[in-house]
Amino acid sequence: MSEFTSEFWSLYIAILTVVSIVACAWFLRSQSIRKQANVETTGHTWDEDLAEYNNPLPRWWSWLFYITIAFGLGYLVLYPGLGSWKGTLGWSQVGQLKEETQLAEKQFGPLYDRFAAMEVEQLAKNPEALAIGQKLFLNSCAQCHASDGGGSRGFPNLTDRDWLYGGDVKTIQTSIANGRNGVMPAFGEVLGEAKIKDVAHYVLSLSGGTADSIRVAKGQETFATICAACHGAEGKGNLLMGAPNLTDKIWLHGGGEARIIETVTNGRTSQMPAHKELLSEAKIRLVAAYVLSLSAR
Amino acid sequence: MNLQDIPVRVEERSLYEVREKIYPRAVHGWFAALRWTAVWATQLVFYGGAWLTWNDRQAVLFDIVHRKFYLFGLVFWPQDVVYLTVLLILAALSLFLFTAVAGRIWCGYACPQTVYTELFMWIERVIEGDRNARIRLDKLPAGKRLPRKVAKHAVWIAVALWTGFTFVGYVTPIRELWAEVLALSTGPWETFWIAFYAFATYGNAGWMREQVCKYMCPYARFQSAMFDKDTLIITYDAKRGEPRGKGKGVGDCVDCGICVQVCPTGIDIRHGLQYECIGCAACVDGCEQVMDKLARPRGLIRYSTTHALEGRATRIVRPRVLVYSAILLAIGAAMLASLYLRVPLKLDVIRDRAAIAREVEGGLIENVYRLQVMNTAEQARAFELSVSGLPGLQLWGDPTIGVGAATSRVVPVKLRLPADAAKPGSHRIEFHLRALGVEGIEVDEHSVFIVQ
Repeated sequence: MSEFTSEFWSLYIAILTVVSIVACAWFLRSQSIRKQANVETTGHTWDEDLAEYNNPLPRWWSWLFYITIAFGLGYLVLYPGLGSWKGTLGWSQVGQLKEETQLAEKQFGPLYDRFAAMEVEQLAKNPEALAIGQKLFLNSCAQCHASDGGGSRGFPNLTDRDWLYGGDVKTIQTSIANGRNGVMPAFGEVLGEAKIKDVAHYVLSLSGGTADSIRVAKGQETFATICAACHGAEGKGNLLMGAPNLTDKIWLHGGGEARIIETVTNGRTSQMPAHKELLSEAKIRLVAAYVLSLSAR
Repeated sequence: MNLQDIPVRVEERSLYEVREKIYPRAVHGWFAALRWTAVWATQLVFYGGAWLTWNDRQAVLFDIVHRKFYLFGLVFWPQDVVYLTVLLILAALSLFLFTAVAGRIWCGYACPQTVYTELFMWIERVIEGDRNARIRLDKLPAGKRLPRKVAKHAVWIAVALWTGFTFVGYVTPIRELWAEVLALSTGPWETFWIAFYAFATYGNAGWMREQVCKYMCPYARFQSAMFDKDTLIITYDAKRGEPRGKGKGVGDCVDCGICVQVCPTGIDIRHGLQYECIGCAACVDGCEQVMDKLARPRGLIRYSTTHALEGRATRIVRPRVLVYSAILLAIGAAMLASLYLRVPLKLDVIRDRAAIAREVEGGLIENVYRLQVMNTAEQARAFELSVSGLPGLQLWGDPTIGVGAATSRVVPVKLRLPADAAKPGSHRIEFHLRALGVEGIEVDEHSVFIVQ
């Protein structure tokens, strides 16, 4: 146990526990000796004349205590409890979790087996598969992507046909299993306020937004030298890096001049966590099918 | 002669007592028949009720695994726990009322401890004989009494196991459980609870008996708070009976001791009301047989009240009775009305927390909700969803929601509002869900719509 920096504390606890139990047993024994008739009072008097007989504990009661002592000792031998002693059963919380996960896999595994032979595209049209996929989605994905998959600022909308990393089955499965790290570097210090404003106007113009034509012309130059590396010369994005397409009206971090300037100045870091440790392969297929069905509508 | 004048032996005894085995004598009579009627009634319901079928399922089943509780036509979900609470309150109030009016009739006739003790004592009597035969048997050497003892315990354990099996049969479908029992393939918890409940029955009804009432039962201890001088109790008419004995110039009590021999808690009712008395009236039956033989009037030991014994009128209607009855009636009526008006549909609305509000094309503001639609009826139904609370608020998507029989379904729902229709902030809105094709099945549930 790493909590114990030295063996001393382990011993300290073990000895304290054992001594306490032995003391309890001894005390219990001393209180259970059957007394003869003419029981004495405890010597305490309340309300002038109320005294208490010093009778032993009822036998069934002291037996209950003896049973708890026996139980306690048995427990401490079988399970971890005495300092760093691991117990003869080798039980641990992690082990129990693994056991129960395995049990659940065994119990619910067959539920997924019948979907194993089907392609994900087929699953996306299978109502049973979608019902399970929706439950998994609501449990694991909806916190960020919203219950309807519509996302919110910073979290992609999965119901449109616009994809940061690609919308084919393989890519969706990879995104779920391995997660994604989307990084837009901060250009505030590199470019300075004026240039950033120019770039923002150029970006606005790409999707047909209202923009200052002089700034657009100036911004285009900066865009070509810096932004195009990821977003492409035409601003259509890059699926390999997850660089968003800037020519549509879909904005991951919000459109409009102010938001775009903020994005370019400070950069953005987005993270999609990897789910392969949390969801089995079979479950990921069903979630992918459900996600596919969202944008197929 | 007053109650206080009854000769009472005062003796100094250790509070640390070893139980003396009680050999209750069999008794026949009106109250014994009443108790056997109660035994039959309660046990037919208990042992038989688990086998009834309703709507192609077990009529009474508390399916803990699937969290559905079937009671004939009613299906309760965990959300209905309030009915259990009310039921327990009703049970407690009934206990108060009946105790105030009629004393320990629950203890004497209907309590499982009494009922199973009666069953077990009957088995004991059939196998070992009545009181005297049993006392004689226990004095025999171990080898000679063994066969009858073994037979008795075997039958006891069989009854106890069947009781445990029936008990678990209310939690696991009893027909499946029976198949499992036959195949010796009951699950670990089923096995445990059958064994546990069987052990409790065997131990309490076979071995513990009156000790449960005297030492373990909390109700036995606090019901004295509900007693008053108008409460029905088992009484010994000391004026008529004393001085007891045979011969001339004595009272009606011949001191035959039958009232003591039949007592399941081993007390002498002639000492007056005692906390051990469970009000079973076995002594009444016993005494009446004797009085009949002696051709003396019945009622030397009888149900009466302290006031009646003192020669005063018994008041049945008194404030505590009225108060208990009024509360009982009010809560009972409220529960029945609420059960009658219960709609087999529940709706929970959970607003998406991550996405507060989003702007969508056309200058609309969108909020997302997760609706948990619970169809507690035993047939599949389609429901129609609508919203109200803000002008221009619209439901985006299909308003029709189909839910299978006795299942729940989660439905994500989008609401859209024109951006200028409401001020920024939180607005109270209402979801309405209505069953299609059935009148009167609808629920409303409120939530909020947030405009940023």
